[in-house]
Amino acid sequence: MSNDPMIHFDRVTKRYPGGFEALTEVSFKLGRGEMAFLTGHSGAGKSTLLKLIMLMERPNKGQIFVGGQNLDRFSRGQIPYFRRHVGVVFQNHQLLFDRTVFDNVALPLEIAGVAPREIGRRVRAALDKVGLLKKEKVFPITLSGGEQQRVGIARAVVNKPPVLLADEPTGNLDPELSEEIMKLFQQFNQVGVTVLIASHDLALISHMHHRVIRLDHGQLQLG
Amino acid sequence: MKDVGQRGAMPAQNNRRQPQGEIPSRQGASAGLEQSSLEAYFSHHRQTAKSSLLRLFKTPLSSLMTWLVIAVALALPMGLLVLLSNVTGITADLEGSSRISLYMKLDVEDQAAFQLSQEIQKRADVESVHFINRVEALEEFKAISGWGDVLAYLDNNPLPSVIVVQPAPMVNNAQQMEILSSALGENPGVENVQVDLQWVKRLNALFEVLGRATLAIALLLGVAVILIIGNTIRLAIENRRDEILVVKLVGGTDPYVRRPFLYTGFWYGVVGAIMAWLLVNIALWWLSGPVNQMASLYYSRFQLSGLSIEATGMLLVAGAFLGCAGAWMAVKRHLDEIEPR
Repeated sequence: MSNDPMIHFDRVTKRYPGGFEALTEVSFKLGRGEMAFLTGHSGAGKSTLLKLIMLMERPNKGQIFVGGQNLDRFSRGQIPYFRRHVGVVFQNHQLLFDRTVFDNVALPLEIAGVAPREIGRRVRAALDKVGLLKKEKVFPITLSGGEQQRVGIARAVVNKPPVLLADEPTGNLDPELSEEIMKLFQQFNQVGVTVLIASHDLALISHMHHRVIRLDHGQLQLG
Repeated sequence: MKDVGQRGAMPAQNNRRQPQGEIPSRQGASAGLEQSSLEAYFSHHRQTAKSSLLRLFKTPLSSLMTWLVIAVALALPMGLLVLLSNVTGITADLEGSSRISLYMKLDVEDQAAFQLSQEIQKRADVESVHFINRVEALEEFKAISGWGDVLAYLDNNPLPSVIVVQPAPMVNNAQQMEILSSALGENPGVENVQVDLQWVKRLNALFEVLGRATLAIALLLGVAVILIIGNTIRLAIENRRDEILVVKLVGGTDPYVRRPFLYTGFWYGVVGAIMAWLLVNIALWWLSGPVNQMASLYYSRFQLSGLSIEATGMLLVAGAFLGCAGAWMAVKRHLDEIEPR
């Protein structure tokens, strides 16, 4: 089992209604505990690829395996349970501004039905890891862009998912903050989380020394 | 960092622990998560119920408007129902105060019939009697029916003498009326006994119609309440679209996403019902003055009765049900189609 790749795309094609082909015959494997960057020009299909892993979209052709599970086989009702095992970080954070940092990070645990007293412990552990333990009671609107992104990361990892996806997590941040965020991802990878980050920040990626998966007009570029 | 160490799968060359956070099998997935506990489930219900109510109080004015609309829609049929049950209560009293007419046999002389009426007068369960002899009966018939000319062709007076009996107040229900009338009917000279319940029956038939009409109004307004709440919930869903998307992205199931909106509908219905209860009671209080005055003019001790415990319970249950139904309708139509893209 543990020799299986964590993420496995097998000749996946995704065509949107209207005929635009976002991904064409994409195949790759990402091993357990591996960290990789997904790059390419905008519109190359990076977001589509991540959405397919999240089951936000379904492929037209080909198969996707995550943790050895064929995503084809998940029915609509099973998708939420699958998503609890995949942490996602968005460029625009997707934080809820009507609740505190603590409540934002607690959301996945509440949804998963974690006992209330357990939630507090795990939320603080996650906030501690991203260095925001002191900000648990504030509202996200009062935080800087980098801090908001770290709240988003805390929320993505609070469930201890084996897979962590990020879609342009440093898109709105200056280089210094970007590097901090990337180091955070590296830390999670070092403890065994499989990490896949979509980013077009080539300068940053180049000195991180991780595998790079390059997309060009929906096709995989080897190299 | 020690907390993180439990996570995830790593290649074997590391000295880190074996994978723990596995992607669940589909069977495992649908059976729920290892962390799911009944405690957390009920705690979420409690929390959602509370936060949905608090959320309504955060926009007091618009919530109040919705509650008032629901209250008016519920109070109208409820008020009609209370008035109707009050009035049917009066007619139930009247049933006992009907009169009994004894039609004598034709061969009984007026004198004998009059004597019988005097005997009946002495009974404890009779308030008074009124004797109508055959000639009077004929005169009355001529006057009322307009068939006087026809009667002129007859040789004999075809009408019997009549004893009209007014029962005593103690005879106050249909069963006792029955006992009295059959006792009176056993007198040998009596041909036929008629209990004068016709008008009570007519009145009851009228109330039957009014009752049905009230039910129809209640049903229509119930549908209106469902639509009002449905539309309000639809707007709430639109307002919280971002939140719904995030919840769905981090693994919220459809029931989880629906729950706060169903509770919101529930609170709209229940608080609306409570306000309807207040409205009905205010209206009854307002009516009670004139009603008491009217009752005293009729020498009656009638008092307007308010909402019974049962009616109050029914009102609350109806409010809760309509609220949930309206919310369910909106949630089914609008929530399930919000999917992260």
